[in-house]
Parts: sequence; C-alpha cells; structure tokens
Amino acid sequence: MPGIVVRAQFSELQSVFFPCQHSASFSVPAMRAALLIQRWYRQYVARLEMRRRCTWNIFQSMEYAGEQNQIKLYKFFSYLMDHFTPASSERNLIAHIFRENEVCRDAEWERYFNYKNIEVPEFYSGPHLNFPLTATNATELVEAFRTKQQLHSRYVLQLLVETWKLLRILPNINHVSTCHSKEITICGDLHGHLEDLLLVFYKNGLPSMETPYVFNGDFVDRGKNSMEILLILFAFLLVYPNDVHLNRGNHEDHIVNLRYGFTKEVLGKYRVHGKKILKLLQKIYSWLPLASVIDQKVLILHGGISDTTDLDIIAKVDRHRYVSTLRPPKQRKSSAKNKQSDQDSWDEDNMTRRRVRSMTYSSPGVSRPEVQRHSLQTLSSQVEEELRERRRRAGFSLSHGDLHNSLSSDSDSDPGENLETDAEDWKQVVDMLWSDPMPIDGCVPNEVRGGGCYWGPDITREVLEKHNLQLLIRSHECKQEGYEFCHNRKVLTIFSASNYYEVGSNRGAYIRLGPDLVPHLIQYQASRSTRDLTLRQSVGRTERSALRALREQLFAHKSDLISAFQEFDPEQTGLISLNHWATAMESVLQLGLPWRMLRSQLVNHTQDGKLNYQSWFKELAIMEPNTQLAHTNLLETLYKHHSNLETIFRIIDTDNSGLISFEEFRQTWRLLSSHLQIDISDEAISDLAQSIDFNKDGSIDINEFMEAFRLVDRTQQERSNSTLSGVHPHLLQSEHPTKTLLVSASPHFV
Amino acid sequence: MAEDRENAIISEVHKKISDAFDVFDHERNKTVDVREIGTIIRSLGCFPTEGELQEFITEIEEEEATGYIRFERFLPTMTKLLMERKFRPIPEDLLLQAFEVLDQEKKGHLGTEELTKYMTQDGEPFTQEEMEEMLSAAADPDKNVIFYKDFVSMLTVDDK
Repeated sequence: MPGIVVRAQFSELQSVFFPCQHSASFSVPAMRAALLIQRWYRQYVARLEMRRRCTWNIFQSMEYAGEQNQIKLYKFFSYLMDHFTPASSERNLIAHIFRENEVCRDAEWERYFNYKNIEVPEFYSGPHLNFPLTATNATELVEAFRTKQQLHSRYVLQLLVETWKLLRILPNINHVSTCHSKEITICGDLHGHLEDLLLVFYKNGLPSMETPYVFNGDFVDRGKNSMEILLILFAFLLVYPNDVHLNRGNHEDHIVNLRYGFTKEVLGKYRVHGKKILKLLQKIYSWLPLASVIDQKVLILHGGISDTTDLDIIAKVDRHRYVSTLRPPKQRKSSAKNKQSDQDSWDEDNMTRRRVRSMTYSSPGVSRPEVQRHSLQTLSSQVEEELRERRRRAGFSLSHGDLHNSLSSDSDSDPGENLETDAEDWKQVVDMLWSDPMPIDGCVPNEVRGGGCYWGPDITREVLEKHNLQLLIRSHECKQEGYEFCHNRKVLTIFSASNYYEVGSNRGAYIRLGPDLVPHLIQYQASRSTRDLTLRQSVGRTERSALRALREQLFAHKSDLISAFQEFDPEQTGLISLNHWATAMESVLQLGLPWRMLRSQLVNHTQDGKLNYQSWFKELAIMEPNTQLAHTNLLETLYKHHSNLETIFRIIDTDNSGLISFEEFRQTWRLLSSHLQIDISDEAISDLAQSIDFNKDGSIDINEFMEAFRLVDRTQQERSNSTLSGVHPHLLQSEHPTKTLLVSASPHFV
Repeated sequence: MAEDRENAIISEVHKKISDAFDVFDHERNKTVDVREIGTIIRSLGCFPTEGELQEFITEIEEEEATGYIRFERFLPTMTKLLMERKFRPIPEDLLLQAFEVLDQEKKGHLGTEELTKYMTQDGEPFTQEEMEEMLSAAADPDKNVIFYKDFVSMLTVDDK
C-alpha cells in the first residue's frame, strides 16, 4: 500500500469536494502565488515521505540483522554442544540451557513449581487471585495492571501452573468456529506493549463467550510489560478456554528472551522466584498451540508457511519437545546426519545479510528420514481428539482428576526409550514460526532472519488449496498501518504493537472476522501524544531514533569502515567522494540501506563534494571513552557484539544474581571469540575485566556493564540542554551528562 | 577529460536515482507503483507542478498502463530532468513573496480560512488531507492564524 494517499491530479475532481467557483474570481498573481506555494509544499511532503520510508528501512534491516545474529549465536552453541567433549569447560557453561527434556515425572515438576509455600504478605496491595479463576478475577487483573500494580509471585506461579495444565490437553491446532454468528477477533504481535492490549480491549471488549479472541504469538520481548500481557492472556484462557486461543510465536522461546528483554524483565520484577517463573514459562511455551483454523477455512499462525507445510503432519507432531524452536530435539539415531546437512546448507546461504529475494530455489536436499511413529504418539493424538470432544461438550470445567486419568505424562516417556526425532517435524514447526512472504514465486531459506523461509504466492495457492482454505492470517512483521495484504489478498499480516520502533512509527491493528469470513480491520495508535504530532514531528522523532541506532552501528564498525574508505583513497588524502562513501558503507554494514538517500542525515560537511572521513567520525559525536582502551579494536569488538555478550552473560549467570565472576567473564569472552573466530589475548581480557569491576569486589555487574553501551550522542545532548520541549525523554539522558565507556580510575556511572 | 568528468557526473546521478527508486521498489524487481513517482521525483530535489508531473508520467508509462513504472524507462527521463535542472527549487524569498501576495492587507499573517480558500480553490488545489496537514504544521493553535514568515523559514531550515 503506497504511503501517500492518491493525490487527485485533475482539478475536476476537486470541484466534487469543494463546490466553488473556479479561479476566475481570483487575480492572476494570486493564482500564481497559490500555485507556487502548492508546488513547494508538495515537494516538502514528498521529501518527508522519503525520509519516513528510509527510516523504516533502517529499523527493519537492523531488527532482522539482530535476529540473524541471535540465530548465528544459537547455532554456534548447538555446534558446541554437538562437537565438544563433555569435559570441555565452554560446553559446561552453556549445557544447562540445553537440558530441555530432563527426565522428571510430573509430580517432581509440581513439587518444584510449588507455590503453596509462598506467603502473600499482609501489606501486599496487588490483586488476589482465587482458583478456579472467574471472569471477575480476570477483569480485576486487567484493571490492576492498568494501574501499574504487580501480581505477587505466588499467584503468578499458581496461574502459570494452571495454564500449563490446560495447555497440555490442547491440540496442536485450535479449531474455532463462528457459529451462533460470533465474530472472532484476531490480534497480532504485542511484544510487551500493554497499552496496546488495553486499547484493543477498550475498543473491542474483553474476551468472553460473546467476544472470542485469537492471539497470534509474540506476546513478549522488547516492550516492558511482557509479563503482564502473558498473565492477562493466560487468565482469560483459563476462564474461557473455548473462546480464547493462543498461537505460539518465535519469541515464545527462552533463548530469544535472553536477548530481547523478557528474561531481564522477569528477573527484575521477581527477584526471588524469577528463575522458577522462567523455567515454568519454558514449559508453557512448548505447550502453546502452533496454529488456529477458523471454520476450517481460515488458517492463523505466527510466521507463515513453506513449500513443505502440511497441516496433517503438524497436527501430529509432539509440539512440546520443541522447547526452543531453534534447535531440534536431540537426535540419537542416524537421522543425526540429516540434521547436520540441514544446518550446513542454511549456513552456506546465511552469508549475506542483505534482504535478497533471490530467484534461485535452493532446497536443503534432505532425504526424508524414515518416520518411526512411536505407539505412544498415536495414542496421545487419539487422546487429544477425545479430550477435545469432551471439552467441547462439557464446557470449561474439566476436573483435575480427568486430566490425570486421560493424559499421558508430560515427561518424555522412559529414559531408555529412543524416540527418533523427525527432521521434517522440526522444519514444519520452524517454518510456521519464522517464515515471511515474498512477492515472487518460489520458496527460499530466510537468510535475513536466519530461520524459516521466504515463500511466494504460488506456495500460498498450493497450501491453501491442499487444505481447502481460503485465507492465511499471520503476523511476525511490523507494518506501518498495522496490517498488510499480499499474495492477491490471500495472505493478511496483522501486527498489534503500535509505536513499535519508536513513538509514531506505526499503527497497530486487529481483525474482526464474522461467519462471512471477510476480515474487517481496525487500526489504532497508543499514546495520546502521537495523535497530536504533525507529520513532520512524527517523522522527525522516529528518524532521530533510527539514526541514533544507525550511528551506533557505525561506531561499532569504525575500523572496518575506515579500512574500506582507505581503499578508495590510495593516495591517503583523507578524502573520498560521496559515491565511494556510499559504496563503502554498504559493503561493510550490509544492511541494504539507500545510503545516498540517507547521506544528508549522516554527513554534515563536505569539501568540494568530498568527505573527510576521519573528521566525519569525530563529528558523529559519539562520546569516546578516555582510557587507553579507547582506540583499541577490543573496545570496538566489545561494542559491536554487546547483544551477543549480554545473551551469553545471562546464560552463564545461572543463579540470576546479575553478577558474574572474573573467571566467568573470561569464559564468556572465550566463547564469544571462538564464535566470532577472533583472537583476543587473555591479558587484554583481564585488563578489561578489572577496569569494569568498579567496586573492586571481584565480580562484574551485568546490568552496569550493559549500561556502558548506551552511548551518548554529543549533539543530541547539546540540543537537549537548550531546548527541552519536543525532545523525546529517552533522548535527553540528562541524568548521564558525562557518560563514558569504561572509565579507568574514577568510579563510573551515575 | 571533460567527457570523463561528465561521465562521472552522470554515473553519480544514475546511482542517486537508483537509490531513490529502490526505496519504493517493494518487490525488488525494478518497478514502482505509478502513484509513488511524484514522491521519488520530488525527493530528488525537483519541484514539478501536478500538471508537469502528469506529463512526465505519461511519457514514461507503458503503452498499456499497468499501474507500474519500470526503472529502464524512468532512468533516462529522470536523468535528463536532473541534468537539465528542470523544475528548479523555489528560493525562499520568492516563496515569501507568494505568501505576501495572498496577504492582501499586509497583516504579516494569514487566517486559516483565508489560506484554506486559496489552497483548496486556486492553482492546483489541495485535497482535504493535504490542507489539514499543512494547517497542523503551519497554524498557530491559539490564534488560528499562520505566520507565514516563520512557517517558511521553519520548513526550509529543516531541509538540507
């Protein structure tokens, strides 16, 4: 959908809207003047639109580059797990995150998650929950979160345990019907944006038997109320299990959560029981259904499809074995070979970051392994069928006893049993959660994100036909208007987190679907202030934010960039042409951005059309630290990979104290450097560690360390010091006036 | 030598045009929706009227209008536009003069109704949306007037 509304280019059309006399009544000079002003103003708006598009591209390409990074890191860990001897210390550091299917009976798990011993103190003023939950409870919970209260960990655990029990009896695919002329509401990514969920509830009504909902994944990460969103969704799920449906998204994954903020949020809000809560959430994630189908005609899932998508296979997979969808369950037999070739072929294609929609069809070439369905599996799917029927007939009150009787244990059968995993199953799941549509026919690996596929309109046609469906609804990608159709309106992307990249960056939307199965879209934008912004202000704000993020990337790649510039400057004049500048930028950063369009925002001064690149870097006005480490590659590497660093930190910090020892810090570095295949001397690491240990107690505070990577933009600072209004508070950072990276002697950060 | 230099300039112009085009090339097949052509041309620094824009489009459209413009047709025509410096920018003082012409009483400002009348009824009239946008950016919210001098300098300072 073009960004600008169609401008009527013929004045005849105008008379329809503005019945009036024609310009005969105005003088010629006035007419000329008006024409001039119109011409000028339209040019101005067009330039704004261009800026908005470029800003959008910046955010998107950086977002996907980040995801790709994450997956690379994860693949590296998988590689470690599979190839290092058990005794290796690096492997030990991370082994625990892969301890997915520990052999533990349900009873043991229930003991571990026992919330009954947790006391709720007298002074607790937050909401109280009674189980079984009632609609009133759920409504009160919403109200409590709206007024910024926090639910006590006892209730959190209790709610999660109940949710876990319910999810276990749900099928892989929710079957929903619009009988009784019910309209179903479908929401896309929420990403911790509580205000958007509240806005949707306000406009559309709370979930109930008259107002059924489907939530299409990515409830958590990035926003700061992921926990509250989960609790609300789970509460309504428990109260109305036939009318609230949840689909799993790619962010419902504990490894992804380590990087994108949810883990941090939980540990921050629940210092004592956070770890338990996270562990329980891991199990819940794996039990979330993978898709929903409405009236057997409309398929809803988070990411998308691929040329191998088969709902019949999906209906039968053991979804709970995919604790993290990025890693297949441990393979024990020869099908391990298949898994390897899967990953290898992805790695080859994974080289470029550019958003390439290539025409070449590259198939992983995996021969289908023999599928050995365990008898327990067939039994459990029969049981699932049975339970679904019973639930439908009996309403929502299945007794605890029923659950235990009819359900096979959650744990993965006996330890002695060798369940063969199916590479095919895994691919089905990953494709559903990670894929994106593309405009051209075919199906290629999604190398931008690093997981799933890019699928074309021909695939949509095939898959919809195969299963007699008429529409595919998915989420996973942020859209400026909150939604977008593609593939001849057979695919609808719905995204419900407004202001996702920045305040004013995009709208959110949700779908209402009645028995006619025609989607009706409702858009919104949270935050009153965005509505009052002019186009210029909203573009400006989003742009500032994007440029800041982009400048940080520039800083992170400084030495690579300088080398690239120097290649265009063999005589070492210190100057390069702007054309060469653009070429060099793309070759180093590989973000696929229109550098010539962005140049005016990034480069202030040129000499005769040439750029002095050394002084340009200084002009970027990133504060440089004043230690000897300042100009070393080490610091730059550190900065470049700080997201990976943080992820690794959090994995290593098994007691979630936020503190890691020097030794652990060293181990982190060793891990990171072998992943990146760079060489860092032990001595350099030790120096670094010591300079970060501000209170000299032998351990490093993760949060403090990460704070160092919020670089201050000097020009922003100066601007903010003089004009306070109209600047986004996030940009002000006036409380850190002299923030520097890794100060040597003087203590640190305010 | 002069030819070399000219070739270098043309090559740079080509890259600029290509970059701008790519921003709107959603399908990555070197085509853009015809409705975005105006934005692309303007963002490259040109100030065409709507009429001139329409002429340009007619020139580069396919014989059977598909709703899309191909890059092969866009590039040469656009290059010519830029090299010939057609549709030059409007200098700030000329713009100011234009506002002063409309401000018959020489008040130094225009009422919102006044400006709306001119913009939506004269020249190449604005749509309602365009008018609303301009007012939200230009009008002093308390007094309901447009101090055009400030408006002009505010918007031109922003540009680079």
